[in-house]
Amino acid sequence: MSEFRVCPDSGFYFHKSAESLMKVNAVTGIVALLLAGILAIGVVLTRWQEVHLLAADKFYMVLTGHGINALIFWIIFFEMAVLHFASSTLLRCRMATPRWAWAGYFLMLIGAVMNNVAVFSGQSSVMMTSYVPMQAEPHFYLGLILFAVGALIQVFVFFGTLVIAQQEKTYQGSVPLVTFGAITAAIIAVFTIASGAIILIPTFLWSVGYVSHIDAEMYRVIWWGMGHSSQQINVAAHVSIWYLIAGVLFGARPMSEKVSRFAFLLYIFFLQLASAHHILVDPGISSEWKIFNTSYAMYLAVLASMIHGLTVPGSIEVAQRSKGYTKGLFEWLRKAPWGNPIFSAMFISLVTFGFIGGITGVVMGTEQINLIIHNTIYVPAHFHATVVTGTTLTFMAVTYLLIPVLFRRQMFLPWVAKMQPYVFGGGMTILILFMLGAGTLGVARRHWDMDFAGAAMAFEYPAIAYTLMAVGAIGGVLAIVGGAMFLVVAVGSLLFGKKLEPSAGILESFVGKPLHASVYNVSKPEVLQMAAPLKEEAHTKGGFEAPGTFGLAMLLLVTFVVYYFINWKYLASVWPLG
Amino acid sequence: MTSFMPPADRHWWKVPVGRQELIWIAIALVWCIIMFLMMPLWHVYGKQNLSTEAYQTTPAKFGAKVEEMIAKYKVGEEAGIPVVAPPAGSDIYMLGRLWQWYPVLKLKKNQEYRLHLSSMDWQHGFSLQPININLQVVPGYDMVLKITPDKSGTYSVICNEYCGIGHHTMVGKIYVEDK
Repeated sequence: MSEFRVCPDSGFYFHKSAESLMKVNAVTGIVALLLAGILAIGVVLTRWQEVHLLAADKFYMVLTGHGINALIFWIIFFEMAVLHFASSTLLRCRMATPRWAWAGYFLMLIGAVMNNVAVFSGQSSVMMTSYVPMQAEPHFYLGLILFAVGALIQVFVFFGTLVIAQQEKTYQGSVPLVTFGAITAAIIAVFTIASGAIILIPTFLWSVGYVSHIDAEMYRVIWWGMGHSSQQINVAAHVSIWYLIAGVLFGARPMSEKVSRFAFLLYIFFLQLASAHHILVDPGISSEWKIFNTSYAMYLAVLASMIHGLTVPGSIEVAQRSKGYTKGLFEWLRKAPWGNPIFSAMFISLVTFGFIGGITGVVMGTEQINLIIHNTIYVPAHFHATVVTGTTLTFMAVTYLLIPVLFRRQMFLPWVAKMQPYVFGGGMTILILFMLGAGTLGVARRHWDMDFAGAAMAFEYPAIAYTLMAVGAIGGVLAIVGGAMFLVVAVGSLLFGKKLEPSAGILESFVGKPLHASVYNVSKPEVLQMAAPLKEEAHTKGGFEAPGTFGLAMLLLVTFVVYYFINWKYLASVWPLG
Repeated sequence: MTSFMPPADRHWWKVPVGRQELIWIAIALVWCIIMFLMMPLWHVYGKQNLSTEAYQTTPAKFGAKVEEMIAKYKVGEEAGIPVVAPPAGSDIYMLGRLWQWYPVLKLKKNQEYRLHLSSMDWQHGFSLQPININLQVVPGYDMVLKITPDKSGTYSVICNEYCGIGHHTMVGKIYVEDK
């Protein structure tokens, strides 16, 4: 029976069952993104004090729904599609137990719907973190638990698929780097979900009355074992996709397999199991514990991201230089396909994740500096730079690749797609930078009213805080427009995009090759061969292979060092504490 | 040729790493170690280090201590909330509850106090403005920190941990007076 098709343009093989699961997970994720985006309108326009759209109760409900749908449902559904792609498609093998994968998918779907029902009933406006003893309705927690179990099942199907690929020898040598990165994401997902289960199951039992008390501090420590580690799943997943896109668009090969894989491994070993960053100003936790667990003495997870920050663009630079773009430091970058949304989205993601998300994350995760940042709007600014311009924008990039390759559709309104990464990335960057500024002035996160209307005692933020929030909100509106552009292209392509016929030529402008028909006529894909060995001269080159990238990396380092010490200086100006 | 194919060399872990990557890894690692060292160094040379003194408590016990302090040192009332001026060096208390910081404290500049914080109900965020010191206030825990206000003026305590519909009305006060 012929269960595979080969995409004649990308050369990717799709197993029928795996393909269906990739599609259904990706589409469901995009629906969650749509919901999160609609809710973002309420969040942005309410925190823009001059507009102040929603009433307090609606605002907190909308903010809860926005956080959960964006950070959990959109990203994790999409990650399931990425895992199936990185196993079945990249290794050219059949999927393990597709029925279990479907069961996992439906559990996730039921859980996501159940949780949303709880949130929109208005009785579970507890924010994504649902800190006890504030209580949500039981089905709020149950929804999350079912979702997590479903995700865990799909993760195990991914592992099973890897085993099949190995046993049936569908590839030579070691798994590709992208698959390796996906494996690290999946391993992190397993113990992340375990942490989630350890805290959410008792919390669910507490909400229905079987458990009398959940210690609030214990909840925070364990919940963040899930809450923060899960962000490392996103990082591992989107870095894998950066490598994938560098490979697809540029034929780039990793500068060093050893270095890149080692960096992925560091994510597993040093990702702060206990997620100490979130409890740096909590009662009763020792300084030694905080210092050690935020850094493991060497910040090796940060080191890992700094390594990828060099090797991903570095591999693109090497590939571009070998094509003749060798003038100066940056011709390779200037001549990159900036009109191709797959590339522009990926590269904007790389830069904003590194320069903004990475640096602010380390700064606010420093034991003492956290005192002047904790729970200010600086925090959401930071994580919008990691999970929105980082993960979400990368997932958008790969969606543009998957529309023709996986969904076999002609892209709907390609000119919209061309502009989308700039509108979304640009708007979001404005939002982030101005919220960072407002946070340093003490503007609180998760807060309905900067004017403190109805408070018995008055407090006024400086006028500049209002300006920062307003400009940030304008960036937010722009980002929502950019998000809508993505949804129009993605959903439009699936609904109205012309089905690809032989030589439809849709990838021509983006990938440079015409498309051909892709039908299920392959019963056993060709064994995936090892990459061709490098030509000799590349091995022996004494100088820097990617000098432009090295310059960018040094710029990152200088920015990092300066910004880091500015924050210490700022900390030194506040009341002495001990 | 690429990242989505198996490595060209079956023994990829034996392939030597390029100079550029080695230099970058070395620089980045040094920076990571410096960042780690800054935290213990600040405990030695810096003045803003959070105490780790804390006790388990209950809302009833903590509330009783607050009332005891108010009874001894009350000097007035503001918006229905007692204003207390405890002596320098003493244990002072502030509790968070739906939706107020209680009581108002009147402190002396450059004097050290032992500030106790706890919550009567849900989690709250003690956020001292405009200097922007932020602490998590957790029910069941009495967090003790030594504070030395080094500038006089009127400070506001806002709540920056979401605590329900009246979250934004939760504003308290700390006055710091010159001697």
